[in-house]
Amino acid sequence: MDERKYNMAEEVKVFSTWASPFALRVIWALKLKGVEFDTVHEDLINKSPLLLQYNPIHKKVPVLVHDGKVICESLVILEYIDETWKQNPLLPEDPHQKANARFWAKFGDDKVMQSIGGGVLLKEGKEQEEGFAASMENLKYLEEEIRGKKFFGGETIGLADIALGWLAHYLDIVEEIVGLKLIDQEKFPSLAAWKQEFANAPIIRENWPDRDKLVTKYVVVREANLGKGTPK
Amino acid sequence: MADEVTLLDFWLSPFGMRVKIALAEKEVKYEYSEQNLMNRKSDLLLKMNPVYKKIPVLVHHGKPVCESLIILQYIDAVWKGKAPLLPSDPYERAQSMFWADFIDRKVHDISKKLWTTKGEELEAAKKDFFECLELLERELGEKPYFGGEALGYVDIALLPFSCGFYTYETIGDFSIEARFPKIRAWVDRCLKKESVAKSLAEPEKVHEFILETRKGLGFD
Repeated sequence: MDERKYNMAEEVKVFSTWASPFALRVIWALKLKGVEFDTVHEDLINKSPLLLQYNPIHKKVPVLVHDGKVICESLVILEYIDETWKQNPLLPEDPHQKANARFWAKFGDDKVMQSIGGGVLLKEGKEQEEGFAASMENLKYLEEEIRGKKFFGGETIGLADIALGWLAHYLDIVEEIVGLKLIDQEKFPSLAAWKQEFANAPIIRENWPDRDKLVTKYVVVREANLGKGTPK
Repeated sequence: MADEVTLLDFWLSPFGMRVKIALAEKEVKYEYSEQNLMNRKSDLLLKMNPVYKKIPVLVHHGKPVCESLIILQYIDAVWKGKAPLLPSDPYERAQSMFWADFIDRKVHDISKKLWTTKGEELEAAKKDFFECLELLERELGEKPYFGGEALGYVDIALLPFSCGFYTYETIGDFSIEARFPKIRAWVDRCLKKESVAKSLAEPEKVHEFILETRKGLGFD
């Protein structure tokens, strides 16, 4: 057990929004490690002066403040959390396996989220067809990677699971809004199984944002994007 | 002792240069395999990086590592004995990772616009580029390197883009030395190190390549 828990009270704050899948990663990681923290709820239309002071470059959530030390960018924060609180490690010790976990986390952000969010949710017609096709390619790679494993991290939840975890809740919402099935049980049986496993895992299952509120929010975002005619 | 390290790379890639600098800093012997990206991608590349089909790829004991920053972290973890790239303190590491991420998100795309756009678009790209360099110069401060007293992760992430500085200045009609003297001084300081000098492409060759590409894109 990390002796830090028994020493002076640490101050851990997470700046987040109710809907942010990125902030959710940080919340999951801290809770999985049993780290106590306070949440500062932000309204992105009306960002607090403190958020702008802590994250002047990107002006986004999440931000982690640990005993006055400020860390931004969710994947950077996850690595910081894993190095600072050693219980329930998110990354393996072996450098090649570590590199692999980081690769899939980054693939999730650079490719999967882009194709599903930008390419499917925010588009229609031919553009959406292209986004859908790209998403299928990307999901195929994830299917191959997860095959034979309970989690991307192996037997326990790891960095890649946390980074890709949004798929286990937000994807259903995208599918409902656009009327398309992305993670089809027949096409991607291993990924579908992982989705279930992850969505229902302890801690994860207690922290999903409200489904109906998310549907409402993303319908608005989609319509705003289509109305404007310019990609986000 | 053969450590079986191969680097799949393309001479012009700033991402590949990052890996070359890191391997040189750590004095790792490796086989360099130039991948001609203009032709059909090699079977080796497709096997080692099936997802992105891109370079750089570091192959160590037959196993690939892809994505340049992930490769840098791998190199730092495996060859621990010499020239640490990342700080050992978790907070300092996080700051280095933040800035490398910033460089990835901003510098590459913006600097590409400096030679693929013109008119208003070019002016907008210049403005973004200057904002980037301003932030980076502020982060560098009075330190000799972004890493502090020694070359580190952030230095290595940014250095390859300096190969294009002469080209951007010529096309964009501005001077980095005049606007960002600390950045210019930092580049010159780093170039004095052998690991950097032999890893970066020559600005003249980069310039030639970019001018040829611009002709193909329809620029004067």
